[in-house]
Amino acid sequence: MEMAQNIILTIMTAATPLLIAAIGELVVERSGVLNLGVEGMMVIGAVCGFAAAAVTGSPWIGVLAAIVAGALFSLPFGFLTLSLATNQVATGLSLTLLGVGLSGLIGEAFVGSAGLRLQSIAIPGLVDIPLVGRLLFGQDPIFYMSIALTAGVVWFLFRTRAGLTLRAIGDSHGSAHALGISVIKARYLAVMFGGACAGLAGGHLSLVYTPQWVENMTAGRGWIALALVVFASWRPWRVMAGAYLFGAVTIGQLHTQALGFGIPSQLLSSLPYLATVVVLVLISRNRRLTMMNTPASLGRPFVPDR
Amino acid sequence: MRLQLVRRPQHSSLMAAVSPLIAFALTLIIGAIIFIAIGKPPGAALYAYFVAPLTEMWSLHELAIKASPLIIIAVGLSVAYLSNNWNIGAEGQFIMGGIFGSLIPIVFPGFQNVLTLPLMILFGILGGMAWGAIPAFLKTRFNTNEILTSLMLVYVAQLFLDWLARGWLRDPQGYAFPGSIRFPPAATLPEIAPSQGGAHYGLVFALFVAVALWFVMTRTLKGFEVRVMGASPRAGRFAGFSSKRMTYFAFLLSGGLAGLAGISEVSGAIGQLRETISPGYGFTAIIVAFLGRLNPLGAVVAGFVLALTYLGGEAAQISLGISDKLARVFQGLLLFLVLACDTLIYYRVRFSAGRKAGEAA
Repeated sequence: MEMAQNIILTIMTAATPLLIAAIGELVVERSGVLNLGVEGMMVIGAVCGFAAAAVTGSPWIGVLAAIVAGALFSLPFGFLTLSLATNQVATGLSLTLLGVGLSGLIGEAFVGSAGLRLQSIAIPGLVDIPLVGRLLFGQDPIFYMSIALTAGVVWFLFRTRAGLTLRAIGDSHGSAHALGISVIKARYLAVMFGGACAGLAGGHLSLVYTPQWVENMTAGRGWIALALVVFASWRPWRVMAGAYLFGAVTIGQLHTQALGFGIPSQLLSSLPYLATVVVLVLISRNRRLTMMNTPASLGRPFVPDR
Repeated sequence: MRLQLVRRPQHSSLMAAVSPLIAFALTLIIGAIIFIAIGKPPGAALYAYFVAPLTEMWSLHELAIKASPLIIIAVGLSVAYLSNNWNIGAEGQFIMGGIFGSLIPIVFPGFQNVLTLPLMILFGILGGMAWGAIPAFLKTRFNTNEILTSLMLVYVAQLFLDWLARGWLRDPQGYAFPGSIRFPPAATLPEIAPSQGGAHYGLVFALFVAVALWFVMTRTLKGFEVRVMGASPRAGRFAGFSSKRMTYFAFLLSGGLAGLAGISEVSGAIGQLRETISPGYGFTAIIVAFLGRLNPLGAVVAGFVLALTYLGGEAAQISLGISDKLARVFQGLLLFLVLACDTLIYYRVRFSAGRKAGEAA
C-alpha cells in the first residue's frame, strides 16, 4: 500500500508541471494565439526560479521569480505576433530557441550547485485520511496551485463574462473587434498568463521535481504540454486527465528502468515522446471532434483596421 | 503612444531586401549592449565574434564545415515552410541520415571501393526521408499536427542514436567508450583542399543543392505549385494540385536533405558515429531558413552568418572568456529580429499619440 501510494505521489509530481504549462497554453489558444514558445518560457522559468532561490535562500522567492520571468519572457512573443502581426508558428519557435539559449547562459554559474527544495505542506487533519490523505493533502504547494489553477480557468472561461469574451475573440477576432472588444489587449493578457504558467511549471521542475539546474532540463515537456492541449480538445479538465496520463507514462518507464528487465533505457526514455505521437494520432483522426473544438482564429494574425 | 500597422498596397521589395540587414544590425547593437552589461569591451567582443573567424584560412575552412549542414538543411526547410508544412524535426532527420549512412562502413567494414561513399550518401538521404515521412504520413492520414510529431521524433532519434553508439554499433575495441569504429578512407568524405584546411565536399553539396532548388522554385511548375499550396491550398486544389502530395513532397525533400547533411557531417567532419553528432544544426537551420527569406540562395548567405556565430562563440570564449552559450542567444535573437523586421515588408509602422487615431489608412 505504502509503495502504491509512493508511486502515485511521484506520478502526481511528474504531472504537475505538464498540467500547469498546458493550462496556461490552453488559455492562450482559446484567445486564438498559438504560442509554440512554451518550452522556452518553461526553461527560463526553471533557471530564474532556481537562481533566485539560490541567491536569496528562499524557494518561495524562487517560485515568484519563475512566474514573473515566464510572464516577462512571453512579452517579446506578444509584441511580435500581436503588435507586429508576425507568423505565430515561426515566432513561437524562435521564442523557444531564444529561451533555451538564454537559460544556458543565465544558468552557467549554477550548474552543479545544490538546489533548494520547496517543502511539502501537509494540511492538518485532512492528511490523515486513509488511502488518499497523503496523496491529496500532503503535497508540494505548487501541486495545490495547479489544482486551483485548473478549477479557476474552468470557472473563468465558462462562468464569467470575461471568459466568454476571450473565447469569442479566439473564435472570431474580426467579429469581436467589430463589437468594440480590444482584441489585441485581451490577447496580450492571455499570452502573459500563459507565460506565467509556463514559468511556474519550469519553477516546479527546478524547485520541486529535481531541485537543481541542468541545461535543457525541461527536456521537451513544453512541447508535450502543447500536445496535451490538442489532446484535450481545449478542455481544462481533459488537460488534467492527459497530464496525469503522461505523468504515469514518465514514472512507469522510470520504474521499469530501475527494475531492469534488459529493456534498453533509451527505449524506455523515448516512451513519453512516442506516447505523445500516439495520443495525437488517436485524437486527431476524429476530424469532427478536433474541428468543432479548435478555436477558429487559432494562429491567424490580426491587424485591426480603423 | 500607440503602434499602428498600415497595410502597404504592394509589398515593399526594398524592405524585402534590407530587412534581414536591419535585423542583423539590430542584433549587433543588442549584442554590444549585452557585452557592456557583462563588463566586456563591446568592440573587441564583436570583432572576436564576427570578424576574427574570417581573417585566417583555416578558420574559413571551419566556417565552411559548419555552414554546409546548415545550408543543406535550411534549403529543404525553406521549401517545406513555403508550402505551409512545418517540419521542425530536421534535427531528428539529420541524426537518422547519419545513422543510416554509417551502417555501411560499420556493418560492412570490408566493403571499401568507389561505391562506398555514394551508397552511404544514398542511405543517409533515405534515412532522413524515412524519418521525415512519418509526420507526413500522420498528417495526411490522421490529420495529426506535424509540428508536434516531427519535434517528438527528434527526441526519439537522439535516444536511438545514443543506444546504437553505446550498444549495437559500438567499436568492440573501443575500451567501452561510446562511438563506432573510425571510418576507413573509402568511407570518408574527402577534403576539398587538404593543404589549406579541413573543409570537405559537404560544401559542394550545399552549393549544388541551393542552386538546384533555387532553379526548381523559380523556374519550374513544381516551384509554382509549392508557392500556391502555401499561400492558398484552396486555390491550389482548383488548379489540380493535391495538398497531400505536397505534404509528402515537403517532408521527403526536407527530410532527405537533412539526412544528406547528417551523413556528410558524420563522414566528412566527425569520421565515426558518436552518441551525439549535432550541435543543434537541425534547429539552427530553422533560423537560417528564415534569415534567408525562405529562398534557397538566401539560405547560403544566412548559413554562413549563422556558422559565424558558432565559430565566433568559440573564439570569444578563448580570447575574452565570454561564455560560448552566448552564441545561442545571438542565434535566437537574430531570428526574433528577422521576423519583426519582416513586418516592414507588408506594413508601414506608424506611431500615433493617444487613442484617437481616426485618420483613414
